[in-house]
Amino acid sequence: MSQQILEGLAAIVNEVAGTPVADITPDKAFIDDLDIDSLSMVEVVMACEDKFGVSIPDGEVKNLKTVGDAVAFIEKASLTA
Amino acid sequence: MSPAITPVAGRPGSRILSVGSYLPSRVVGNDEISALIDSSDQWIRERSGISERRRASADETVASMATEAATKAIARAGIDPSEISMVLVATVTHPFQTPAAATEVAFRVGAVNAAASDLGAACAGFCYAIGVADSLIRAGTSKYVLVIGAEKFSDFVSWSDRGTAFIFGDGAGAVLLGPSDIPRVGPVIWGADGGQIDVITMSQSWTDYRDNPGEHYPHLTMQGQTVFRWAISEVSKVTQRAIDAAGITSADLAAFVPHQANMRITDALVRTLKLPEHVVIARDIKTSGNTSAASIPLALDHLLEAGEVTSGGLALLVGFGAGLAFAAQVVEIP
Repeated sequence: MSQQILEGLAAIVNEVAGTPVADITPDKAFIDDLDIDSLSMVEVVMACEDKFGVSIPDGEVKNLKTVGDAVAFIEKASLTA
Repeated sequence: MSPAITPVAGRPGSRILSVGSYLPSRVVGNDEISALIDSSDQWIRERSGISERRRASADETVASMATEAATKAIARAGIDPSEISMVLVATVTHPFQTPAAATEVAFRVGAVNAAASDLGAACAGFCYAIGVADSLIRAGTSKYVLVIGAEKFSDFVSWSDRGTAFIFGDGAGAVLLGPSDIPRVGPVIWGADGGQIDVITMSQSWTDYRDNPGEHYPHLTMQGQTVFRWAISEVSKVTQRAIDAAGITSADLAAFVPHQANMRITDALVRTLKLPEHVVIARDIKTSGNTSAASIPLALDHLLEAGEVTSGGLALLVGFGAGLAFAAQVVEIP
C-alpha cells in the first residue's frame, strides 16, 4: 500500500473532519470511526480527485468503506490513469 | 414585401423595487420529523443545518401563499397593481396542471392588466424568473413585473424518505421589478443539464401512478451525495461567472443569498468562492428549511427585516436544483 497516498488522504480527512492524522489508519472506516458522514465523504472524494488526479465516480464511493479501500482504489486508478 | 413591424423601444436596465414574503404559521421541529424516519434532531442539524421548517395548512395553497407575499411586495413598492404587466410564479408544487397559479395570484392582487404564467425550474426557479423579468423590462415588453417563488413541498414529500423528509418546508417570497436608468439586475448565468434528470426527480409520473398506483403518490426523490457534489463543483463556477458578468468582484458584494438547499452546501460554496468576511451569508434554512423556488426571496426579506443588509448593497443570488437547472445573478438590494 502506498504510504504517499495514505498520507495525502489522511491530510484531506483531517482538513474535512478535523480527525487527528495519527488516527487515520487503513483499517479505519470513514463513517463509523472517523466522523465522516455521507456529505463529508463527497468532500473527501472531490479533494482526492484533485490531489491524486484520479476520477472516483459516485457509484464507486459506497464501496470505499475504509481508509484502506480508498488508498487501494486511488492506487489502482493512478496506475491506469 | 410585408410591412415592417414597429420596433419597441428598450430600456437600459431593471431593478428590484421591493421584497415581501409569507411563511405558514405552523412550525415543524426536527423531533416531529425524526420520529418518522428513525433519526434525531442532532442528525438532522448536522446534515442540513435545519432546526425547524414551516408547514402549510390545507387551506394555505401555493397561490394563496404567493398572494400574501406579493401583496406585501406591491405595498412596499407603492405601485398600483393595475400597472403590473406580468406576473411570474416560480413553482413546481402548484397541484393543478392548469390553469397556472399565476393567473389566480394576478387576479387576487389586482394585477388586472397583467399577463400571468408559472415557471417550472424547481429550486432554480426564482433566479430564472428574475432573469426573464429583467429581459422583459429591458426589451420594453413590460414595465413592472411581479416575480414570486412559492412552494408547498409538504404535499410532494414522502415523510418516510430519510433523504428528503427533513429538508423541505413551505412558503413564498415575492419581488416587484421595474425599470431603471442603469442596470441594477446583473446578467443572468443560467443553464440546465438534462443528462442528470434522475438525480432529483419524482418517484413516478402521474400517468404511471394512474395505471399502477403504488403505496405513495408521486413524491420527490433525491440522490443527496450527487447533488452535493454537483453543487460544490459546478454551482460555485456559475456564481463566479455571475460575479464576473456583472463586472464586479466578490469584494463588492454586501450579501450572498444562495438557494437554501442545505447549510452544508452553503458552507462549501462560501469556502470555494472565498467570499470576504464582510459579505453577509443568508442562512435562512435554519428556520425555514428548503423552500425550493421560495427560498431566495424569503431569505432576502428576512435579512432586510433583521437589518443585516441594507438597501443599495449588491447581493449575489444563485438557484440550483432539479433538472439540474441553475441560474445566478447579482442584484441591487431594494
